[in-house]
Amino acid sequence: MSRKNLNGVHIPHRKNTAGMQAIKMPPPATVTIPMSMHIGKSANCIVAVGDHVNVGQMIGEPGGFVSSPVFASVSGTVKKIVPMLQFMGAVCQAVVIESDGKMTVADTVKAPEITDYASFINAVRDSGVVGLGGATFPTAVKLDVKDTSRIQEIIINGAECEGYITSDHRTMLDRTDEVVEGCRLLEKWLDVKKIIIAIEDNKLDCIEKMKAATANDEHVEVRALPCMYPQGGEKVLIYHTTGKIMPEGKLPIDVGSVVMNVTSVATLAHYCTTGMPLVEKCITVDGSAIKEPKNVIAPIGTACREVIDSAGGFACEPKKLVMGGPMMGVAQYDLDAPVAKGTSAILAFNEKDARPVAPSACIRCGGCIDHCPMKLMPVEIERAYEKNDAEALKALKVGLCIECGCCAFQCPAHRPLVQVNKLSKTLVRDYDNRMKTLKEAGK
Amino acid sequence: MNSSLIVSVSPHYHKQGATTRRVMGDVLIALIPALIASVIIFGFRSLLLVAISAANCVLLEFVWNKLFKKEQTVADLSAVVTGVLIAYNVPVTMPVWQLLIGDFIAVIIVKMLFGGLGCNFVNPALVGRLAMMLSFTESMTDYLHTVTAPGVDLLAGATPLAANGLDMSSFMTLFLGNHGGVLGETCALALLIGGVYLVVRGVIKVTIPVCFIASTFVFTFLFNGFDATTAFLNLFSGGLMLGAIFMATDYVTSPLTTKGRVIFALGCGFLTSAIRVFANSAEGVSFAVLLMNLLVPYINEGCRTKPVGGVKA
Repeated sequence: MSRKNLNGVHIPHRKNTAGMQAIKMPPPATVTIPMSMHIGKSANCIVAVGDHVNVGQMIGEPGGFVSSPVFASVSGTVKKIVPMLQFMGAVCQAVVIESDGKMTVADTVKAPEITDYASFINAVRDSGVVGLGGATFPTAVKLDVKDTSRIQEIIINGAECEGYITSDHRTMLDRTDEVVEGCRLLEKWLDVKKIIIAIEDNKLDCIEKMKAATANDEHVEVRALPCMYPQGGEKVLIYHTTGKIMPEGKLPIDVGSVVMNVTSVATLAHYCTTGMPLVEKCITVDGSAIKEPKNVIAPIGTACREVIDSAGGFACEPKKLVMGGPMMGVAQYDLDAPVAKGTSAILAFNEKDARPVAPSACIRCGGCIDHCPMKLMPVEIERAYEKNDAEALKALKVGLCIECGCCAFQCPAHRPLVQVNKLSKTLVRDYDNRMKTLKEAGK
Repeated sequence: MNSSLIVSVSPHYHKQGATTRRVMGDVLIALIPALIASVIIFGFRSLLLVAISAANCVLLEFVWNKLFKKEQTVADLSAVVTGVLIAYNVPVTMPVWQLLIGDFIAVIIVKMLFGGLGCNFVNPALVGRLAMMLSFTESMTDYLHTVTAPGVDLLAGATPLAANGLDMSSFMTLFLGNHGGVLGETCALALLIGGVYLVVRGVIKVTIPVCFIASTFVFTFLFNGFDATTAFLNLFSGGLMLGAIFMATDYVTSPLTTKGRVIFALGCGFLTSAIRVFANSAEGVSFAVLLMNLLVPYINEGCRTKPVGGVKA
């Protein structure tokens, strides 16, 4: 293939934990489980204060089509139901469960009966699986394509191009059988003839292990991709594996692709064989303020502080706490922020790494353009944003920005380009809404 | 709640050492070979002029920022680069006070009055040079040629270009810069070394220098009645190397995209050749780059990237 790869950056990998098998942490005293850990409608809480719950018991049912159920991750008593502020600014309910330490499994936990496509989709919904790479889009909605012939290929995302994070790496090594079983389920019930497991070529052990495990399956191909950031971005991954370009405003399925995170696939297989839904996550604990970097399996809802403590604690006072990778993760304002479904890493940084650098004047070097995987022009977007020019922002296609952070990463002037792009998207949305209202009022 | 945590938008990484100061520092390092060459060719006064000019530019920017209570920006080293480049554009005999005026025009009038680094629409050093050229033509064209080689003391003479490109200088003289001219422009070898350094360090792309130099050759060849020798000698004379490698590649005043840079550089090459051949002036490169600087906003407008997956509205 002579296709030119998309642009990106080379980030420091710092995959310190790649060789460390995940350690299961002891159940925490309490967990705080948010009802919204996915994109779409928040789940509706179906337990009340004082109720006894067991591991795997549903405590929140899907609040709509694009939604996902939420399960108790420990056994114990519901202590309170509190409102919780989420990073996007929305408030959702969160169920606080006091653990009895027994981790009793709920009797509802049994392998689902799958007989056809519809029952498979139901099983996917009941598993509580969402895009575990961090996007948290409900997997059942993604796979509910009505007509399975629309799916030309399923791409299983094991790129893990972010720094520090090795939780997908460990999934591929430690849960190989579940990944293979997941592939088999997808092939069988979605009638897919082509599954590509895409792995960055800095994870040779994963590539070899996955290749050996899928050698008998002619429909599964393990594809080594060059190591670049953001290789695991959905649009980038589709282009690099199939050459297909996702037009703006379209979904992967519109070009015949479905992209699933490798841990999502393994978790789905785990549910289909055991009936245990998504109640725990393998999390990479790392960063300059962490004493011993580790991979920890933590119940969903565990406070970050407790996960870190179970891994050996802080090396110094943390000044920044990031959930997710260093390029796209979300900085938390509270050390007790709970682990959510999409949390793949908890990074704590010391003063030196956390200290923000003041931006200086743009020198118009064009580096942000050269490194943008979507070939956008962040420097021009910033100018248009400063002028509040929504039309110009639309012409610059700011809506295509995947917020990967390459532009800001390499900017010699330290301009907050991702922040500007996010704000620009909001500006364009508000402008479009206003125009629509005006148009309707004019009629 | 722990309120001591710092919250910011991703990314939480930044490329090691990617700073404006580092970029400018690299440009300064790339200018060192030319400085060494000018000291060898013209003597130690050239070092003095460069130092004075750089210090003066920094001082001007410093005072301006103090005077108008702006954030101090001299640490980004851009003023040093401007100062060095202005000094590279004067002959070794240039009176210091005239050089200081050139610095003032570049730093205060062209750069700071328009908002400082990143806001100037033309290259400050080039305007400084042209202002000095128009105001102090005599001292600016006083191409004294000092040779440190034993046996030869002082040799006054025009630059090969001013002598209509028919000077007896051989190619090697031009290439090594052992001839009259302004401080930084004569030694093509030293400038090329600097250019290679900038490309290797990723500070500049080869697009502008290569297109600029190649198109100058092609157009001079055409305009000069298909005289390949003259066209070739043209590449190593005058300020072409200095202009193509260090002036035209200035981030602020050159286009943002590769396509834009190609158009910009071709325009520079065309104008340089046209001015050199038809206007019979040695100021080809300066005016060419300056005129193309003015067109940069329009080039940027016309040479946007095509976003991946973008659909025409």
